[in-house]
Amino acid sequence: MNKVVQSADEAVAAVASGSTVMLGGFGLCGIPENLIAALVRRRVTGLHTISNNMGVDGFGMGLMLEAGMIASHIGSYVGENRRLETLVLKGELDLTLIPQGTLAERIRAGGAGIPAFYVPTGLGTVVAEGKETRKIGDRTYVLEHALHADVALIKAWKGDRLGNLVYRKTARNFNPAMATAADLTIAEVEELVEPGELDPDQIVTPGIYVNRILVGATYQKPIESKFIQAAIGQSGGAA
Amino acid sequence: MTGKERIARRIAREFRDGFYVNLGIGLPTMIAGYIAAGIDVMFQSENGMLGVGGPPSAEQEDPDLINAGKQTVTEIPGCSFFGSEESFAMIRGGHMDMSILGAMQVDEHGNLANWTIPGKMVKGMGGAMDLVAGARRVIVAMEHQTKEGASRILKQCTLPLTGQSVVHDIVTELCWIHVTPEGLVLTEVAEGFDAAAVQARTEAKLIVSPELRAMTVAAGS
Repeated sequence: MNKVVQSADEAVAAVASGSTVMLGGFGLCGIPENLIAALVRRRVTGLHTISNNMGVDGFGMGLMLEAGMIASHIGSYVGENRRLETLVLKGELDLTLIPQGTLAERIRAGGAGIPAFYVPTGLGTVVAEGKETRKIGDRTYVLEHALHADVALIKAWKGDRLGNLVYRKTARNFNPAMATAADLTIAEVEELVEPGELDPDQIVTPGIYVNRILVGATYQKPIESKFIQAAIGQSGGAA
Repeated sequence: MTGKERIARRIAREFRDGFYVNLGIGLPTMIAGYIAAGIDVMFQSENGMLGVGGPPSAEQEDPDLINAGKQTVTEIPGCSFFGSEESFAMIRGGHMDMSILGAMQVDEHGNLANWTIPGKMVKGMGGAMDLVAGARRVIVAMEHQTKEGASRILKQCTLPLTGQSVVHDIVTELCWIHVTPEGLVLTEVAEGFDAAAVQARTEAKLIVSPELRAMTVAAGS
């Protein structure tokens, strides 16, 4: 068994226009930089993207937005992307904002064979509008449906040719859940190791979920909000 | 002491040893700077970390180690990392002792609005709706009035809600307000103010607690 592909371009060659694509990452942390760049080179259009954020102007998914590749997006926070805000306010992009935890659980459910589930989140807000609610015990819950994608593009720290993956620090975020919830999961890693080198007790994503794996050619890993010790006491970005 | 600092120092007094707390972005992050000695609090960041430390030095800065505000942070000994689905399972599952977040509006029913201004702002709710639905105690930390001098504590929120009847307490630079089924109870007022002065700056009706006391704050660091 060998799931290794040699380049990001080869990895995304099967991604068709109009696909539903999940992209891992939180802000610019743990995003599949190399796969996004390859997708932009491929110029597929009409994509339905699912990702917590939408990159920033000029990096990450911001590049896909600027290339006009995205028809609709489901996420929880897009405040770092000014271009997106403009497109949405002009009605040129179909944006669905949902609570971050509900997003994560809908993806997890999609990979776990659970079609829908109840959560307390969003009750009495626009998020619950048009959705079934149900009183269980003394609390009312909102029915949320699973999310599934044609393709998941994810980023891990290390992996092997069987697709086993480990992550590093907060670059894990949505990546493991998304790995489980797509027909085709493509993982990019910083380092490819031999099967057996990853401690089986430490593997976060077992290889069964991963169809292709590649070593990213380069990593820029830009930091969105520089915050070092001299800045203590100052407040940071938005919600 | 600025108003924001007074809010942060007052809320810091609520922490008990062993608490797991999620601090929202902006003003709430300041609270971490005023925890009393001997109180160990584990801060959670909803992007997937328990045990968030302070900002790094220039040498420690790591793009793989950020908080929910996308700021670089450090690890404290005993910290742990996990995926978003687990992060929100611990939030939704009632494991967080406290969630402290900012607001644009709060009302007499404990409703909270802090995520959108229709037609003007497209950003998203992030994890706020999950946090207010799942934390054991939700404290709103905000300046009492808008920059234009309008009340943020209203009879009824006019902006789209983040959560319905989710707020337990409201802390501003002027006062502490406890949300009850009967309404908003004023329990503490800051030095230099009295209940009438706070009510004059508040649209919502305040019920003055018979045990109304002065708002005392934690020492500076």
